[in-house]
Amino acid sequence: MLGVTFGIAMFILMISFMKGVNKLLQDLVLSTTPDIHIYNDFKTDYSASIAGRYFNAGNRNWVIVHHPRPKQISLNLRNAPGIVADLRKHEEVVAVSPYLSALTLFHYGPVQWAANLEGVDIREEDRLFGLADKMVSGRPEDLLATDNGIIMGYKLAEDLNLLPGDLVTLTAPSKAQMRFRVVGTYKFGIATVDEYKAYVSLSKMQQLMGKNRDYITDIRIKLKDLDRAVPLAAAFGKKYGYKSEDWETVNASLKASNIIRDTLTYVVSITLLIVAGFGIYNIMNMVIISKMKDIAILKAQGFAGRDIIQIFLSQSLIIGLIGGMAGLLLGFLLSYGLSRVPFPQDDFIIITHFPVLFQGWFYIFGALFGILTTLLAGLLPARKAAKIDPVAILRG
Amino acid sequence: MQEAILKAEKLSKYFYEPSRFQVLHEVSLSIQKGEFVSIMGKSGCGKSTLLYLLSTLDTDYEGTIDIHGVKVTGLPEKNLARFRNEHIGFVFQFHFLLPEFTALQNVMLPALKLGRLDTPAIEAHAMEKLRQMEMHEHAHKLSGKLSGGQQQRVAIARALINDPDIIMADEPTGNLDSTNAAIISNILQELARQDNTIIIVTHDRDFANRTDRIIEMVDGRLQEPAVHP
Repeated sequence: MLGVTFGIAMFILMISFMKGVNKLLQDLVLSTTPDIHIYNDFKTDYSASIAGRYFNAGNRNWVIVHHPRPKQISLNLRNAPGIVADLRKHEEVVAVSPYLSALTLFHYGPVQWAANLEGVDIREEDRLFGLADKMVSGRPEDLLATDNGIIMGYKLAEDLNLLPGDLVTLTAPSKAQMRFRVVGTYKFGIATVDEYKAYVSLSKMQQLMGKNRDYITDIRIKLKDLDRAVPLAAAFGKKYGYKSEDWETVNASLKASNIIRDTLTYVVSITLLIVAGFGIYNIMNMVIISKMKDIAILKAQGFAGRDIIQIFLSQSLIIGLIGGMAGLLLGFLLSYGLSRVPFPQDDFIIITHFPVLFQGWFYIFGALFGILTTLLAGLLPARKAAKIDPVAILRG
Repeated sequence: MQEAILKAEKLSKYFYEPSRFQVLHEVSLSIQKGEFVSIMGKSGCGKSTLLYLLSTLDTDYEGTIDIHGVKVTGLPEKNLARFRNEHIGFVFQFHFLLPEFTALQNVMLPALKLGRLDTPAIEAHAMEKLRQMEMHEHAHKLSGKLSGGQQQRVAIARALINDPDIIMADEPTGNLDSTNAAIISNILQELARQDNTIIIVTHDRDFANRTDRIIEMVDGRLQEPAVHP
């Protein structure tokens, strides 16, 4: 019985913890990855060239060009406002955030610090990633209220020794320079975001890059249903003719590690339950050996093999039920205990306790599996008991 | 002539351990309703084996057995169990009660299995049977706490609970002191007088002499033609 209890308790603990870890990692990733990301993935086509004409090669001569490079290429999404408006009408889309990003240099005395600067509609960005909850100082709306405001990761602000209200000078790839005032800092708990990313308003970014007001390089989309990202990304890519990536493709390793953790959980849990099952099997075998005489008496009085099976099966079922219920309770207490254990603190990690997920179906699954194991473990000895020849025992 | 409640024809039985050995040699017998029969013989002559065949517990034999007009030979295990439950009461040499239950519960068990009456009626019936054995004062004691003679009386009450057609007893006094043996043999005699059909296997010549008919067995054969005179 204790075997079943521990088996099921460990199953509950493991599955709750593993699912908790899965959810934590997924939440972390999704906190900075959009469900769908549309951008201009430039492909250069060198199949046709004007090189031949340029060198007057004629038909009989070959002109071989090593390492061709594009002369002029536009990275923006043409008709971006049209695409955004169209996406916003789509019923499965919750938020659409068009933005313009570029690697910029932050000046800190003589030091230049490279970080990704994104010109965004900060309200849309807030709807996508819940930015307001992750602000260390200031509010996302402050970006709109301040001329030349900038919001950056708290780590980047630390590195540059900036406090809200301070001014910072940025250099764009086009060598244009601009000064921004820090209005807020945020903390996502992910180094690349907290140390190498900053937000300005879309119009200021366009100004810094020297582009017009329709110049947008990327669109981020948040969906109502996360699991619809794959088909919708493909559909959007086809419709608008730009590269469209869903979050699962971007984070393929996350999915792989989720599958590995799930498999590990099930393998260990099922092993535990099988060991518990063998425990019951042994107990029932011992009980039947010690009750051989009684089984013979029952048979002599007119109890059939089926009745004997019923008796011993109900005994192992009772063991399974009581042990299983105790196991579910113990499993809940253990996983609750684990969820209260403080997690070692670190600069980047935002969790305070071990991640544990509480879900009803873990318990239903555990109970079902426990009952199934005990039923199987009880059935074999019970069948053996039913086959006992009463004459051999009664004769002594 | 009265109807035969039990009829056995040409029963042969073999043991295979340690080597093939014929225990019963074409034994035929018939028993009338209300008869009190004893089977006697030396150890190993096959008298207990014969009783187990007649009780339908042992099904591995040649020949045929009819009880109460039903041919029990070849019936499936489930039907035999039901048949035993309804028609046969069995008393063993070593009392064989379930020690975890009270005397009353032990007596009630076969009737609960039969399910002909509801539980209160069965309980009343079982109490009556115990009273008949003068065991009603011990009805609520655990059967493991009773003496050998008392346990055997409870076992007889249990054999009677479903009002069986035949009561079979394998050395019912074999394990008891003379006082208790006398009590048990008196009870069985009394039951025989109440028109029960009883077959006992015994070593005890005095006990056998008090039965209607003695069937002598030697080496797996009946000594005299076991047909009712």
